[in-house]
Amino acid sequence: MTHRQAIIIGGGPAGLAAALRLKERGVDDILILEREHRLGGILRQCIHDGFGLTRFGESLSGPEYAQRFIDRVEAAGIEAITDCTVLDITPDKTVTAVSRVHGFMQLEADAVILTMGCRERTRGALATPGTRPAGIYTAGVAQSYINLQNIMVGREAVILGSGDIGLIMARRMTLEGAHVKGVYEVQPYPSGLPRNIEQCLNDYDIPLHLSHTVVEIRGRERLTSVVVARCDGRFRPIPGTEEEIPCDTLILSVGLIPENELSLAARVELDPRTRGAFVDEHLQTGVPGIFAAGNVLHVHDLVDFVSLEAEALADSAAEYLKGGGLPACGLEVKAGANVGHVIPQKISGTRDFTLSLRVRSPLKDVRLTVRQGDNTVLSKKLRKALPAEMLQLAIRAEKLSRDADVEVSVE
Amino acid sequence: MKRVFTCVVCPNGCEIEADYEGADVRAVTGNLCPKGRDYVVQELVDPRRTIATSVRVTGGDQPLASVRLTGAIPKARIFDAMRAINARTLAAPAAIGDVVIHDLMGLGCDVIVTRNVPKV
Repeated sequence: MTHRQAIIIGGGPAGLAAALRLKERGVDDILILEREHRLGGILRQCIHDGFGLTRFGESLSGPEYAQRFIDRVEAAGIEAITDCTVLDITPDKTVTAVSRVHGFMQLEADAVILTMGCRERTRGALATPGTRPAGIYTAGVAQSYINLQNIMVGREAVILGSGDIGLIMARRMTLEGAHVKGVYEVQPYPSGLPRNIEQCLNDYDIPLHLSHTVVEIRGRERLTSVVVARCDGRFRPIPGTEEEIPCDTLILSVGLIPENELSLAARVELDPRTRGAFVDEHLQTGVPGIFAAGNVLHVHDLVDFVSLEAEALADSAAEYLKGGGLPACGLEVKAGANVGHVIPQKISGTRDFTLSLRVRSPLKDVRLTVRQGDNTVLSKKLRKALPAEMLQLAIRAEKLSRDADVEVSVE
Repeated sequence: MKRVFTCVVCPNGCEIEADYEGADVRAVTGNLCPKGRDYVVQELVDPRRTIATSVRVTGGDQPLASVRLTGAIPKARIFDAMRAINARTLAAPAAIGDVVIHDLMGLGCDVIVTRNVPKV
């Protein structure tokens, strides 16, 4: 069986950044396995700008951001196999894959880097009643049709869900001549970033209807209309508030799910809150030598932070590969008041780390507190905290002790 | 007059409360950086945005090259810009940074390619 030092599963922004940093840290035997024909992942279809403001100090499109990493990966001579589907990963880090060029492959790795990204929730997950006509797409699928394949998806569109990709697609379809009749969001607040509400909806007079959902889908071959209704505080449609909206296209932007089938095959334990792996401060999963970063770990808002997280992963993975182990992480990081989830979930108490979290609901003028027993590790005032915006904080080792769990709260 | 603006300059998306009279901005609060104030002034005088779209490519390994503007244009000219860009077709190869339209409609910015499309 072929043996590799590090195998990276997925050649999107996380995988590319991890590969480059591993190489910089002196790990030379790296292999990237990518399902698509080209490297770059979802960035290839994200042609809007706004990427790279943190990383490069300029506003790039997704393909440009990706190409900067791809060029460096190629220049560094890092091997990547595209058109390659990974079928299985075992807990002892045997990777089984198939590719058009290489056929069936079994590879042994010292470290496996999970950077598979995420996928979209679909109509099936919503269980919306009605017929099953053509014209219903997830936002990312519509984005791929329009931006990669030059296929227009429809003319009269309704968007269900206010996730960022749905907002971006509302603008994109409007620019391409479609009429976007409205965005319907079941929650009482938007799930996308405020700037996307502004520049994708308000700029084009596209109405956003909060506390609304689609309750019926109509049409035989092609979608002809959807029925929307107002929802109560428990997301239940209120009878008598239904309204039929003629349309030929329904775009779903109703959430992203980390793609972890391979992680489960490797017996990596998942956190039900993030739907990604439980990781420690080294971004190592519960299986030694298997690491995870990017959207496969927790869904990010900004690619700049995906790259940073993957680089932190690579620093740890390089250390693991050189020393054969990393400091044990016995302390738990708990999500306290108003905190939906935290990454990492375990720490050693001896090292700096980046804490990522999201709040459960929109909050104003609150204080974020990181506590370890009676000791306040960090306290920060926040003017606003939105579920749509991931919060990240640098935690310094000198503020930590080695003998108590950590709790993060926002109140 | 008072109005709340959502700044679109960066992902912070600051909610900026502005006190203004015509184009004279007297006070702004809520912005994390000076760009927020500039954004409010620009919004009051001449709101501008960039756009990103695609241009058809012939003879390439993909049917489209994505493009973007190198600067913001008046909001009211966005659909004119789309028409001007849609009238163009490129012949492969196309490379990131290639100028598709120089000085778009005399507005002082270029339309540039943002994806490499090799020739087949």
